[in-house]
Amino acid sequence: MSMKLKDTLLEPIFNNNPIALQILGICSALAVTSSLAVTLVMCIALTTVTAFSNMSVSLIRKQIPNSIRIIVQMTVIASLVIVVDQILKAYAFDISKQLSVFVGLIITNCIVMGRAEAFAMKHGPKDSFLDGIGNGLGYSFILICLAVIRELFGAGKLFGLEILNTVNNGGWYVPNGLLLLPPSAFFLIGLIIWAIRTWKPGQVEEQEFTIAPNSKMPVAQQEA
Amino acid sequence: MANKDSVKGTLLVALVLCIVCSVVVSTAAVVLKPKQEANAALDRKRNVLMAGGLIDADQRNAKAIEEAFEAVTIKYVDLSTGKFTDEAPAGGSGRAAAKIPDASGKLPAEEDTARIIRRENTKEVYLVEKNGELQRIILPVRGSGLWGQMYGFLALENDLKTVAGLGFYEHKETPGLGGEVDNPRWKAQWEGKQVFNAEGDVDIHVIKGSVDPSGANAVHQVDGLSGATLTSRGVNNLINFWLGSQGFGPFLKNLKAGEA
Repeated sequence: MSMKLKDTLLEPIFNNNPIALQILGICSALAVTSSLAVTLVMCIALTTVTAFSNMSVSLIRKQIPNSIRIIVQMTVIASLVIVVDQILKAYAFDISKQLSVFVGLIITNCIVMGRAEAFAMKHGPKDSFLDGIGNGLGYSFILICLAVIRELFGAGKLFGLEILNTVNNGGWYVPNGLLLLPPSAFFLIGLIIWAIRTWKPGQVEEQEFTIAPNSKMPVAQQEA
Repeated sequence: MANKDSVKGTLLVALVLCIVCSVVVSTAAVVLKPKQEANAALDRKRNVLMAGGLIDADQRNAKAIEEAFEAVTIKYVDLSTGKFTDEAPAGGSGRAAAKIPDASGKLPAEEDTARIIRRENTKEVYLVEKNGELQRIILPVRGSGLWGQMYGFLALENDLKTVAGLGFYEHKETPGLGGEVDNPRWKAQWEGKQVFNAEGDVDIHVIKGSVDPSGANAVHQVDGLSGATLTSRGVNNLINFWLGSQGFGPFLKNLKAGEA
């Protein structure tokens, strides 16, 4: 594999992570990560959809009229998501029940749309496909980190198997209920972003403006 | 082709795209439908059997489920008369029935303790029989939890007042808190509880905290789920509703008297 293709595939994992750097796809990262099994299926579903939507959009990029390009991308993505949803219902019924609305919500996941607009419209199908896989992997990396922490410390389990023996089951571990609620994922994502940017300071955004220091009030106003 | 950015080109691309996408989507839906319906039916059977304690919780083998289900007879109950009826519920056994005006009725607010809004007139019940004698009866129950409706089955022993099992097959409760309704240890507590008191009134409560096993009412009480007050209350309400006069109450009385 040439260096460039490898970069397209691997860059989004740490250097251009869709969640940690582009800050896209946060809402599903909060919603599905309370259990690892569900998270994995979500990651596979999203990676598949991003890869194929990128490829399809890239294939027809020269035919897409500029004025309706967003809705064309949306239509392609929505169709792919429905197909994935139907396949899950037919072949992974239990998991599709758990994912319920979240599969449908892939349609509104900013990563899919963002990559179609930012990358697939300008690059060939092969690059776009790899970019989709890469961004899917970057998304998966963050989600799996979140799910491991949330399920392990929130419920004492991994993949539904008991790791830390919880008080409810007669053990010693008092689970942290906050970790099972969506806000905890926000805190964890914040910490992950902090860690990544400490490791790679290049990702720290430049300040867009500086806060002006407090100034003394003009004399005229003081007297008024 | 005309310039893609002209009005004609734009309309043409939109039309072609719509046709291609709709063909892809409808093909997937039609081809996979039989498989999906089989899954849903199997899932329901599995949940009936699990609540009735006829299979293990991790049994997913389709053949084993079908075999175990042969011991089960499906019958229909008219909830207003409390008697068996031959008429299958309109809209099937699923939740669609409660949405059909002729097959369901809106409950008055004060009667609607389980907050289900509309109640179907006819319900499916599952009888487990051995040599013509009733062993267990499995009743479908539903009601509001914290985030949405909880759907499950309540199994009673052949005395029609001792719980044989309770299980929810669909709910939206918070994992780890309300979601603990799926915890086998919590579900196991229900086994052997008495749902009716000596006068024949519904007497089963999910209480806050733990049940005092030496208490006089211990047999009518179940531990609440910690951190999930609203889910516990929801379970309490829906069990009381479906065993009460608006639910299977009249039917269970008739069945006991041999008049169903």
